[in-house]
Amino acid sequence: MTDLTSLTLAEARDHLKHRAISSVEITRAHLEAIERSGGLNTFVAITADKALQMAEASDARLARKEAGPLEGLPIGVKDLYATEGIHTQACSHILDGFKPGYESTVTANLWRDGAVMLGKLNMDEFAMGSSNETSYYGPVASPWLPPNWSRDRGRAAALSSDKRGLLTPGGSSGGSASAVAAHLCLAATASDTGGSIRQPAAFTGLVGVKPTYGRCSRYGMVAFASSLDQAGPLARTVRDAAIMLRSMAGPDAKDSTCSPAPVPDYEAAVGRSVKGMKIGVPKEYRLEGMSSEIDALWARGAKWLRAAGASVVDVSLPHTPYALPAYYIVAPAEASSNLARYDGVRYGLREPGADITELYEKTRAKGFGTEVRRRLMIGTYVLSAGYYDAYYVRAQKIRTLIKRDFERVFADGVDAILTPATPSAAFGIGEKGSDNPVEMYLNDVFTVTVNMAGLPGLVAPAGLSSDGLPLGLQLIGRPFDEETLFALGETIEQSAGRMTLPEPWWA
Amino acid sequence: MSVDLNTVRRIARLARIAVNDAETPHLQDEINAILKFVEALDAVDVEGVEPMTSVIPMQLPMREDVVADGNIAPLVLANAPLTEDGFFVVPKVIE
Repeated sequence: MTDLTSLTLAEARDHLKHRAISSVEITRAHLEAIERSGGLNTFVAITADKALQMAEASDARLARKEAGPLEGLPIGVKDLYATEGIHTQACSHILDGFKPGYESTVTANLWRDGAVMLGKLNMDEFAMGSSNETSYYGPVASPWLPPNWSRDRGRAAALSSDKRGLLTPGGSSGGSASAVAAHLCLAATASDTGGSIRQPAAFTGLVGVKPTYGRCSRYGMVAFASSLDQAGPLARTVRDAAIMLRSMAGPDAKDSTCSPAPVPDYEAAVGRSVKGMKIGVPKEYRLEGMSSEIDALWARGAKWLRAAGASVVDVSLPHTPYALPAYYIVAPAEASSNLARYDGVRYGLREPGADITELYEKTRAKGFGTEVRRRLMIGTYVLSAGYYDAYYVRAQKIRTLIKRDFERVFADGVDAILTPATPSAAFGIGEKGSDNPVEMYLNDVFTVTVNMAGLPGLVAPAGLSSDGLPLGLQLIGRPFDEETLFALGETIEQSAGRMTLPEPWWA
Repeated sequence: MSVDLNTVRRIARLARIAVNDAETPHLQDEINAILKFVEALDAVDVEGVEPMTSVIPMQLPMREDVVADGNIAPLVLANAPLTEDGFFVVPKVIE
């Protein structure tokens, strides 16, 4: 075995089970790859000692034939998950030095199943962003080089602090996406409030799954917008994502919105026939001025599913255009409430003040970055006296209409909906949103509907743009029917062919 | 709808975020750009529509009304910037 980082999660699992490799070996290989990858800025904390201890324990369990489903597999964790005694800051300055005294349920499930933690991954501050540029720890670079860039040019740009010119991996789970795409970990946890798993998956040629709301526990995840947030995996194959989700998901008494339903064996759905399935193609997702390349990709995806025996029908989701504006009321409103807890008293940063109000105001002004401050102010405004009904209640009514659109289509016998994942391929660091924040928000136009309706969504790599950059397609399913998405996702993955990542120019 | 400079200052105060006079005009522009973006919602007829409260219909789980944890004061205080005798320390709030 020449390079242990080239294995998929499923391959590594099988090699470990047959003792062809050890967990310590594959963990070391990934730690070394991380050491060489500083220019990508994916990890904000590397837990090398803990990783090797966990790997040794896994090797002992493998020897005793007591292996869990993820035994010995090194993975990365988005900085938004509470990890006991380990850096957990959602990449915000206001959580400086915070080390939780408890473990999130999702990560606890992963360790229960034998996974090995390599460290914490960079992200947009409090998951607010679509390019990983709002992180207090600086931007993340995608391992995909901009068109016609040489390795040397890429390396020079990666060494600069602003990384200008390199491509963003998307956001908010940008560190997770870049690390998995660059083979720094076998898979990673991510989270998705408006597209934060699926847009980075599309930008970096990965598989990303946002499960049904309630499928994964939110206990110990730093809250952004509680009615929209969901945990999910980023992985290099559909099978790997299925293996990860099975371990991450499950009932949890600590989160009252977490579903008590048992978790199916998602991996068993990978490779399942899609023959006879009915796939809806919603006309409202064909945006005015949409690039012909995205349109062609979408049509190609429909053709692949038809070739595999599914039928493709036109459907209508008439309230689609209102999803993104409604999201930019609901999400900031919930954020302004959730982020009220950062007050400089109980944890994190504290700026002295003459009185308690000044302490709050100075701490929050210094601790929150520009985008977070902006969203908190919008949220505060739409919840303030006199505006609550006009903005917040109205947006929640529109959310009901968006969900009804989907229910109608599924009631007509549609098994899943096929859409593009993003309006374009990855853009450059520093390229978007500096004049008008709405420019950045438009990235989530195809993904945000799914959060608003609580449905599962999967993005699979579907091909390369004319510039040679990854593009993804999104599948939207019925509530708690992630299995259908895994079956269809694998069909797209197989039809598109495996994407080959560029050589590690950053090392 | 759009906000004026005084409203920006009032929102910042409500959100407990200190802003200085130099940054308020810029904040005003950005907030107004977002408010303009969400104006599209005015076109939707929401007459008789229930606002969403739970995105996935489910029964709220019940449990026994008993103490589930506690007696972890040191853990609760472990991350506090300033503590004394098992308490969080803040500037004087009562004169």
